[in-house]
Amino acid sequence: MIYLEHYLFLAAIIFTIGVLGIFLNKKNVIIILMSIELILLSVNINLISFSVFLNDISGQIFAMLTLTVAAAEAAIGLAILVVFYRNLGSIEVSKINKLKG
Amino acid sequence: MYLYSITFYVFSLVAVLSALMVISARNPVHSVLFLILSFVNASGLFVLLGAEFLAMILVVVYVGAVAVLFLFVVMMLDINFVKLREGFLQYLPFGALLGIVLIIELGILFLTRSFSENSLSKFVESPMINEIENTKLIGQVLYTDYFYLFQISGLILLVAMVGSITLTLRDRGQVKRQNISQQNYLNANDSIEKKNIKLGEGIK
Repeated sequence: MIYLEHYLFLAAIIFTIGVLGIFLNKKNVIIILMSIELILLSVNINLISFSVFLNDISGQIFAMLTLTVAAAEAAIGLAILVVFYRNLGSIEVSKINKLKG
Repeated sequence: MYLYSITFYVFSLVAVLSALMVISARNPVHSVLFLILSFVNASGLFVLLGAEFLAMILVVVYVGAVAVLFLFVVMMLDINFVKLREGFLQYLPFGALLGIVLIIELGILFLTRSFSENSLSKFVESPMINEIENTKLIGQVLYTDYFYLFQISGLILLVAMVGSITLTLRDRGQVKRQNISQQNYLNANDSIEKKNIKLGEGIK
């Protein structure tokens, strides 16, 4: 029988993989953005499994908000990436030290 | 019930393995494709949970839009990905140790604390009614109780759209543009000149 704990543990595993992806691929911005997407997916799994097991629909509404924010974040992140590549010809994270502000 | 367990384990195993491949694949295009696989499996898990609407939204938004956007950017930028992988093996032992510690801690947290339905269900805000299907229920709550949240998420998408357009917009100087007010202020006396030309002489 599958309980809430199974889903929470699955979400924890995916979250850890996402954190590891940021840690290991610390030069490649594209992989870092994909790792952030994985972390947000694990958040979604948590929200939806709590929503189902508590018999409360609000969790699914918040999962939709998370989805919206993730889509917006991916769009802005990739736009910044394209501008960065156009200016420097590389996407190495260690070269992002030219911001003024 | 066995079928439910088997389905859960198959979907979650494929989701976890493809998530691992996302962060370890050599080719970023493969990474994006494994990300798509991971999302599809997660949406299968959502169907298993009974959240059909979110499952379909996940497929449409992530696989249809975000992952394709990633694929587009990866293929559009001409990047030397071998150089970017330097340091992966160097940080792998420490990273794996960190990950194992994190997963054990989270596992202890989730598996020892029992999330029984009785202990948590007193906080229920808007209960799910079993007779109504998932999509209808979300619609009933989304446009009433969570209306401001819905509007704010629309605003977030608008800001993201405007932001990414202004970021990637590039002003190229040599492009000729139409100046409408200038065009409207033109009249015939300024642009046409009458000349009396005698026969056989032409214009000098």
